[in-house]
Amino acid sequence: MYTLFKVELFKIFKRQRTYLSFIGIGAFIIIIQLGLKVDGKELIEFVLGDLSNSFQFNGKMLNGYFVCFVLLQSLLVHVPLLIALISGDLISGEANMGTLRLLLSKPISRTEFVLAKFSAATVYTLLLLVWVAFLSLFISMFIFGTDDMFLLKNDYAVQIAENDVFWRYIGAFFFAGIAMTTVAALAFFLSQFSENSLGPIVATMLIIIILTIFSTMSIPIFNRIKPFMFTTHMVAWKEFFDVKVDAENINIKGSIQHFEKIIHSALILLIHIVAFVSLTIFTIRKKDILS
Amino acid sequence: MRHSTFFFILFFCLKATSAQSNDDLLKKVKTKLELVNDYIVDAKMRTNVAFIKAPIGSIKIYFKKPNLLKIVKEKGISILPKGGININTFSILGITDYTTIDAGESIINGIKTKVIKLLPLNENSDVVISTLYIDETTELIKKTSITTKENGSFEMEFTYGTFANIGLPDKMIFTFNVKDYKMPKGITLDFEDNLTKEEKAKLKNKKGKIEFIYSNYIINKGIANNMF
Amino acid sequence: MNEIIIVEKLYKTFGKIEAVNDLSFTVNKGDVYGFLGQNGAGKSTTIRMLLTLVAPTNGSIKIFGKSLIHNRKNILSDIGAMIERPDLYEYLSAYNNLKIFAQLSGIRVTEKILLEQLEVVGLKNRAKDKVKTFSQGMKQRLGIAIALVHNPSLIILDEPTNGLDPQGIADIRNLIISLSRDLKKTVLISSHLLNEIEQVATRILIIDKGKKIIEGTTKELLNPEKTIVKIETNDIKNAYQLLLNSAWQQHLQPLNANYISLVINQNDIPMLNKKLVELNIEVFSLQHRNNLEDYFLKITN
Repeated sequence: MYTLFKVELFKIFKRQRTYLSFIGIGAFIIIIQLGLKVDGKELIEFVLGDLSNSFQFNGKMLNGYFVCFVLLQSLLVHVPLLIALISGDLISGEANMGTLRLLLSKPISRTEFVLAKFSAATVYTLLLLVWVAFLSLFISMFIFGTDDMFLLKNDYAVQIAENDVFWRYIGAFFFAGIAMTTVAALAFFLSQFSENSLGPIVATMLIIIILTIFSTMSIPIFNRIKPFMFTTHMVAWKEFFDVKVDAENINIKGSIQHFEKIIHSALILLIHIVAFVSLTIFTIRKKDILS
Repeated sequence: MRHSTFFFILFFCLKATSAQSNDDLLKKVKTKLELVNDYIVDAKMRTNVAFIKAPIGSIKIYFKKPNLLKIVKEKGISILPKGGININTFSILGITDYTTIDAGESIINGIKTKVIKLLPLNENSDVVISTLYIDETTELIKKTSITTKENGSFEMEFTYGTFANIGLPDKMIFTFNVKDYKMPKGITLDFEDNLTKEEKAKLKNKKGKIEFIYSNYIINKGIANNMF
Repeated sequence: MNEIIIVEKLYKTFGKIEAVNDLSFTVNKGDVYGFLGQNGAGKSTTIRMLLTLVAPTNGSIKIFGKSLIHNRKNILSDIGAMIERPDLYEYLSAYNNLKIFAQLSGIRVTEKILLEQLEVVGLKNRAKDKVKTFSQGMKQRLGIAIALVHNPSLIILDEPTNGLDPQGIADIRNLIISLSRDLKKTVLISSHLLNEIEQVATRILIIDKGKKIIEGTTKELLNPEKTIVKIETNDIKNAYQLLLNSAWQQHLQPLNANYISLVINQNDIPMLNKKLVELNIEVFSLQHRNNLEDYFLKITN
């Protein structure tokens, strides 16, 4: 299977669209960073809103850590799209080119075929995230410097000490890796039902967008199914940026307010990954290759 | 008739006497404070506002007579209540035009204090009324309550140590009023309702507190005006 | 072991459609086995079942004496296949395409082996070029290289001459002959170009509507005693009448607007020619056809 995995990775990284993904997301991030460098003050004022009537804030509010958080929130749609672009093409693209029938007539099992392709998709996903992390965190730190991180939640504001932020981003990106791999698994699963990669890509994005809209609505019917929707759990990376406080309401350094939520969400996402991949294996094994 | 007149006169003399002792006490407090021309001090800030989770902050405070004050945060973000934080004992006692009112006594942290209210006579003064709780034995202000026009009411409570002889505290607790905080979900992009009932109730606390712990006083070494 | 492929009572249904219906056949070692049928007869479905791309509804397939279901990887490692148009990654070079499929075939791949294979099919000087720049013929040759790179014992070709020019078709024909005669490979080839099959096949299977119609050697199926002779003349009606009154009457086929046809023994053609001269029938051409196409059309209609 290792040979097959290497072959799949080779094919992904020989395609132009793979590099276009990296360039595209890079351009997007840099444009936002430049925009914030020029107009960031206004964003801070807007973000602080009412609070600035009661409090004076001193320090570098617009710093690399804050900018990275803004970027990650903005990339909610873009990164999943780029993941779907590659994963959604993995089987449908082969069917379209006709290479699927030759691949599956080779002495490799269909299970190995699916696992090797998905593993390669996962590697691409993680590399894309490393790239996003490099640009949105490290380059932001370079351009904007670092300081405490100040964030607004619905009911309270959180200030995290500068020396308590970086490790949270490592955790957040690691979690994002699981979340984006779930997107990859979904697109990969849908890829087998089409001989054109556009279908699975659009279908994946539609599912994510629609489920995300359901997640944002507090309607009783949706509240019941929300805990099972993977989109509900994809945003749990933000929990890394909430701290516990002591009896005097002072931050406990190195703590996470709802660590159990992160674990719970990660497990739900992992279950989704296993389910999507298992379903793919099950259907591919039964599928007559007629393309 | 003679009795009531007598008591009236006695009361008036006593009042005159107590008024004089208010001014005397304030003068003594002022005399102590006037030994300080300027100081620089490091302070650790512990913010206790219901809807703000903050780490312990570090600031540097610069002061120069009569009322120049600057708070500098070299690293990190500081969140300070607007207006009131710049008021200090020097600025209160620096007001020359005021009337004092004897408000009796009060126990602050187990210490008996004399309560004096100061009413600025200047109508344009931002301070509406200040209440000082003074320890007569040590001639130190233990607590102040101040009501301002622009920035509402707040309190300052002082604890002294090394520099009690010149009225510089080791610790100051600044208490103030806060408004409700709520951010729209469309801005925070947080669509989960995470809080328990108890947590939500806690957030309704309308009082905020910041505790300053002072250390490394540098006193009367001179500070350039351009620092402010 | 003489039988390379043994198919017994093979069925495949897609919903209500019976694509393959009780098909049984055997391919022997060294055969060039021609697999014939009209469009939709079930040839491609059968080939896909041999390559495990499609699962049979019923029946058994044995290849190299082993059950295909239970020895899939082992068997497939010794088969080379090209199904319809060649399956290639257009964004990769010829070299990389060959390398990928060689690796997946389970052989130890070296640059030398790959370049040698490309040389065999005449693509060595285009090794580094992307396949999207190739003509159809070049792609077909690369497809053949992919099918042969791992030196399989059994080669399955489904419509290998699709889209090729006459030279390309001739090249494929010569390759098949060489594979069988020189390299002793067993070749299963399906094509709708019946005259091409006729030139290379040693055994033939004809299927229609998923069922076997007939199976046998080319010699058995193409009987020289039943040669069709076609006569073109300036006066077909008159010539037909004259032959009708002669001893050749029993061999006459129904009159066609453009030619007269008879079914006779191939050895009797010179005598027929002589008779036509005797009857003063002016003949423009006398063609005899004893070929697969006619046989095929005869038995499938």
